[in-house]
Amino acid sequence: MREPDISTRRQFLGLAGGVAALGAVPMVTLRPAEATPAMLATAIRSVVGTAMVRTGKVKLDIPPLVENGNTVPMTVSVLSPMTAEDYVKSIHVFNEKNPQPNIGNFYLGPRAGRGQISTRIRLADSQKIVAIAQLSDGSFWSASVDVVVTLAACTDEVI
Amino acid sequence: MASALINVPAKAKRGDIIEIKTLMSHIMETGYRRTATGELIPRDIITSFTCRYNGVEIFRADLFPAIAANPFITFFTVAAESGKFDFDWIGDNGFTESASASIAVE
Amino acid sequence: MRSFPAIAGAALLVTAAIVVPLLATEIPQGQRRSGYSFMTPDTQAMQNDDTANPGMLWVLDGEALWNNNTGALNKACADCHHDASASMRGVAAHYPAFDPTLERPVTLEQRINLCRVRHQQAPPLAYESRDLLALTAFVARQSRGLAIEAGADPQLAPFVAKGHELFMHRQGQLNFGCTNCHDDNWDKHLAGSAITQAQPTGYPLYRLEWQSLGSLERRLRACMTGIRAQPYDYGAPELVELELYLMTRARGLPVETPAVRP
Repeated sequence: MREPDISTRRQFLGLAGGVAALGAVPMVTLRPAEATPAMLATAIRSVVGTAMVRTGKVKLDIPPLVENGNTVPMTVSVLSPMTAEDYVKSIHVFNEKNPQPNIGNFYLGPRAGRGQISTRIRLADSQKIVAIAQLSDGSFWSASVDVVVTLAACTDEVI
Repeated sequence: MASALINVPAKAKRGDIIEIKTLMSHIMETGYRRTATGELIPRDIITSFTCRYNGVEIFRADLFPAIAANPFITFFTVAAESGKFDFDWIGDNGFTESASASIAVE
Repeated sequence: MRSFPAIAGAALLVTAAIVVPLLATEIPQGQRRSGYSFMTPDTQAMQNDDTANPGMLWVLDGEALWNNNTGALNKACADCHHDASASMRGVAAHYPAFDPTLERPVTLEQRINLCRVRHQQAPPLAYESRDLLALTAFVARQSRGLAIEAGADPQLAPFVAKGHELFMHRQGQLNFGCTNCHDDNWDKHLAGSAITQAQPTGYPLYRLEWQSLGSLERRLRACMTGIRAQPYDYGAPELVELELYLMTRARGLPVETPAVRP
């Protein structure tokens, strides 16, 4: 998906005009091509294959309204006895609108004790996050959350 | 100066489920940012994190640019025996860092 | 979506029409609130846990630098100041402080550089460099929990007055004074973000927007850019006077360094 040239150039010129007025050089984050729902589906398929993904067992804890999209705390927990016979093998987290569909893959095992991980992620825009867990019996379970991301009120300048 | 902050309980009872928290200093440059003159800032991220407990891998993570700067990762394990946790971070441009923490399990 | 500078600019212009007519008054002691109280619980949790607070990475670096020999005299901070948790306790709570040689106030960053030049014969560290941020964060961390008591020295009075005047005067294309938002409209919102009282209780702090630790001067310069004013240079007397006034205005609130802010 190609970013239309006109909007990219207009953004850049707008900023260049602002730069001349301020006499400073800001860091620009021009919006790159977004991930599409098709990319998200492909990324999920590369993990899951043709197996069925059921909803349930997975809890995705992420603030519904995010204070800053640069650092969003996220916890994924999977309901599982975590015994040698029945445990969480891995947790895969995906997103819908960042430039790339993958966020992280986390590999657990019977020694984990609890099927839970936490980390901090980046979200470029308000979007859906999907977490998929693979259990020791090969089954896949998922949960998804819609997150609203607001931008900082004032633009910042490079140091 | 890269540095890591590790939080592992100093001691635990055999069979306790303990939480391990790790924080590593790293810019996690996404590869999608550009300078004002339009040049792409190349990607520079940590791509993999591993934890070994007395030599056995108990946790591993693949990280992508969507992981925030100064990656914070927490996970759990069962306190099985006294010994050492070894943590390894590997990333772009030959980035490699290690840390370790001991635990006494009674 | 269009570039967010355009949206932010538009949002500020719209809000300017609503914010402007109110009177500027200082916040009474009992109502002073740290920026911490305006954050969501998730962001507060990031600050609460020292092993999860990214600002602590810089504090650790600072501790290493504190014990590092440097300069032509090959001395470490520790050689004169020994254990920072004792010698530096309370220091940041009293900064900016009056320097008798320069006969004006200096910030903690400037004090560290003056020490380097005068007592270690080492070159000053660049503003916002990782080393200076690390050392400042480490020193300020030793005051965590103590009440801010800056500006009490009578020699500072004319500089506090200058800082107050800088806080009040309107500037920039949006014609805002700091007071218009931070005295008159705190607890309201600007384009989705909470307007705080601008109490600098946790500097240097880890700002999620920067994904890095940064100084109060960096934040003040960003604010000035936000109202479309030409920001003062790092270390400019105006920024020092403004910081001195802000710390005086924050008296009574505890130091939180290294804080986390959105």
